[in-house]
Amino acid sequence: MFLRVLQPLKPPMIAPDTPSSAARFDATDRRLIDRLHGELPMTERPFADVGRDLALSEDEVLERLRRMLANGTLTRFGPLFQIERAGGQFVLAALEVRAADFERITALVNSLPEVAHNYRREHPLNMWFVVAAESQAAADAALARVARITGLEVFSFPKEREYFVGLRLSAVQAGEAKATDGAD
Amino acid sequence: MALTDFDRELIAATQTGLPLLPRPYEAVGAMLGVSGQQVRERLASMLEEGLIRRIGAVPNHYRLGYVANGMTVWNVDDRLVDRLGERVGALPAVSHCYRRPRRLPQWPYNLFAMVHGRTRGQVELQAQAIRELLGDACSGSDILYSTAILKKTGLRLNPG
Repeated sequence: MFLRVLQPLKPPMIAPDTPSSAARFDATDRRLIDRLHGELPMTERPFADVGRDLALSEDEVLERLRRMLANGTLTRFGPLFQIERAGGQFVLAALEVRAADFERITALVNSLPEVAHNYRREHPLNMWFVVAAESQAAADAALARVARITGLEVFSFPKEREYFVGLRLSAVQAGEAKATDGAD
Repeated sequence: MALTDFDRELIAATQTGLPLLPRPYEAVGAMLGVSGQQVRERLASMLEEGLIRRIGAVPNHYRLGYVANGMTVWNVDDRLVDRLGERVGALPAVSHCYRRPRRLPQWPYNLFAMVHGRTRGQVELQAQAIRELLGDACSGSDILYSTAILKKTGLRLNPG
């Protein structure tokens, strides 16, 4: 009963790409994504300034961003906080979940606001999530809570050292590569 | 670095995203009862301090065509892992690279490198490049492909 209250009917899942979703954005969208991988200008009208670089109006930039957020091409638009700099913690953790239990456990894990990301992966440890919390104590508490509500052993993998973090995937190049594939 | 009350409010107001309005910083300022200028100044200093990594778009890799997402994991000699980790992180296909603890006996890997490609074949080619770079310092590896994004919201601080 308790579980039924917590558990949404379907965990939100973003399925891997299907051919049809490629049509939801065009070459201009790709250029806009690549431009906004960098920095949004810290100006009064940043979208107008970005638009000027790309020969788009401010309205067009905003409209494209709204559409790409609505259809899932973008998952978010805004500041990416690196909360470690203020004492916060991001901790990667994994669970071994039985296939028959996967949806239920997904709903339980995702119900924690501290769970920032969660991915299903092909491995006996098949659920990999990231806990983002304001302090080590809060991160530990969230991981302990996952163990308690799921009844599973939580394997935690706090980062001991960061060698590189950056997104170098180009939307433009991905589009060009796809176009090339099609021509082959 | 301790967060001020204003910082916490600013994070809470923007962590789900900036308003898609012509003057987004002014819109955030209006929510918090400060000027857009104050919002911009604090965001700029947070960027400088590294408290903000960047302000921009977070794409869904799948939708961009990078449908193969492999978490490559490596068991690397502890004496060499830091030197080699820097070099693995510098490879163009690696988006994140960390040292993490092993969890023996189930998990012998201490170097994690996220690799993206349009196909698993591309991911495996990149993994091969990492394997060559690590050489004899590596005594085992695996690639964990993602098959579903179950959640991707990012940080959620309570406004306190």
